[in-house]
Amino acid sequence: MSKRRVVITGMGTVSPFGQGVKCLWENLLRGHSAVQIVPEMQKLKGLRSWVAAIVPDVDANIIPRKKRRFMSPMSIYSTIAALEATAMAGLSEDRITDRGTGLCLASTMGSTSESEAFFQEMNRTGSIENIKSTMFFKTMNHSCAANTAQALGVTGRIISPSAACASSNLAVGLAFEMIAAGKQDVMICGGSDEHHCLAPAVFDIMNAASCKYNSEPKQTPRPFDINRDGVVCAEGAGIIVLEDMEYACRRNADILAEIIGFATFSSPENMANPDSQTIAECMGCSMSQARINAEEVDYLNAHATATIQGDIAEAQAIGAVMGDKVPVSSLKGNLGHTMAASGAMELIASIQMMHYNTLIPTRNLVTPDPECDVIDFVIMPREIEINVILKNSFALGGINSAILIRRCRND
Amino acid sequence: MTDTEVIDIINDSMIKEFEFNPSSMTPDAHLVEDLGMDSLDFVDLVVVIQNAFGVKLRDEPKVRNIETLGDLHKLVMDKKRELEAGVK
Repeated sequence: MSKRRVVITGMGTVSPFGQGVKCLWENLLRGHSAVQIVPEMQKLKGLRSWVAAIVPDVDANIIPRKKRRFMSPMSIYSTIAALEATAMAGLSEDRITDRGTGLCLASTMGSTSESEAFFQEMNRTGSIENIKSTMFFKTMNHSCAANTAQALGVTGRIISPSAACASSNLAVGLAFEMIAAGKQDVMICGGSDEHHCLAPAVFDIMNAASCKYNSEPKQTPRPFDINRDGVVCAEGAGIIVLEDMEYACRRNADILAEIIGFATFSSPENMANPDSQTIAECMGCSMSQARINAEEVDYLNAHATATIQGDIAEAQAIGAVMGDKVPVSSLKGNLGHTMAASGAMELIASIQMMHYNTLIPTRNLVTPDPECDVIDFVIMPREIEINVILKNSFALGGINSAILIRRCRND
Repeated sequence: MTDTEVIDIINDSMIKEFEFNPSSMTPDAHLVEDLGMDSLDFVDLVVVIQNAFGVKLRDEPKVRNIETLGDLHKLVMDKKRELEAGVK
């Protein structure tokens, strides 16, 4: 049985720059940074990283109260982004609510703030009498998937493949495979996360959070740079609409790109350290699926979070598989690490790069680390024809993934 | 606390929690049919009222008989009077 071709027809985001794909793109094009000092992080004893990229206020009231009451910020972000993505795709309400449309969306975990509030109340009073009925729905691991599906009226399959920082790359990849296999015709997919001190605390405990730039937050993170010092946590949502290509063509949808490869492999040798060989195999596998050579890839959007080990492992894997001719950049220098949203949000930005034939450079990359300097870093905006893009995304727990997309061709 | 103050606190708390239009907060407003409340809203209503007045309503059987906003006002006023009588 031949696999169906899968295309991207809609995108939506709530990024640390604000609401919408246009807002994300304009800020990236101008080289802006969304990183700022977060006072609540300064107050936490022992936390050495005080910077993060926080989503500015969004208008949550566009979501009816009956739906919104179950939502923590991550679900509000994902729902707003999904509304933008489905509107861009031109999906009718009948199509969204058809059994043939599913949703694959993940966060790193349920709302930590809500869990914290529950246990604070329980510890303070020794009672659960003042806990509201809607609390649990915000703490579920699949909270943003369930909430977004409820808000949009999705009736097909709902999957929430939580995989830490690779969650949304996996969500998009799995959604791609479901459509290719004929299990669904349309998938709304991506990831979302909300900021809580737990995330930077986890990275700081492992000596992997950026701590040296608290007084000049826009100088960090610094992917691939010799002076990088770790992750800057962020929040937001990235949502993509995937469709069976035949269906999209039948309804004359505007096709933004085609997904032509996806690979995810585990590296069980170490829970925390990235494995260069497995990263390389993910990139290689996604290209072989599409019968694409490294020379045909016009741009690689790196995961590159600015950790010491992670950037070296990824750069060396890219060098080994792609050589030094493929332009590479990371958007973490602008956005910070939007966790579960990062894969999809950065894929959205990459599709914008393809649309405008303009590469966004790695912000804060001034002096490449010699151990990373085996690839073609984009350090200034670059105008080139972009037809094929590879997107990497990795996560704690030995999760590795790569998605390959190309400008859509009718052949 | 006067009955008027009790009613104002209940109405304000519900407007804030459930985003009701203040003009809909009439004593004869049916909580389900007019205000659109459902079973989960009732759970949260009890929490809101408990926090506002320091009374226990969660296991109060009369809560199940509430149909209108006026019923709720009366129950809370009665409950407060019971508490105040107990204190005296």
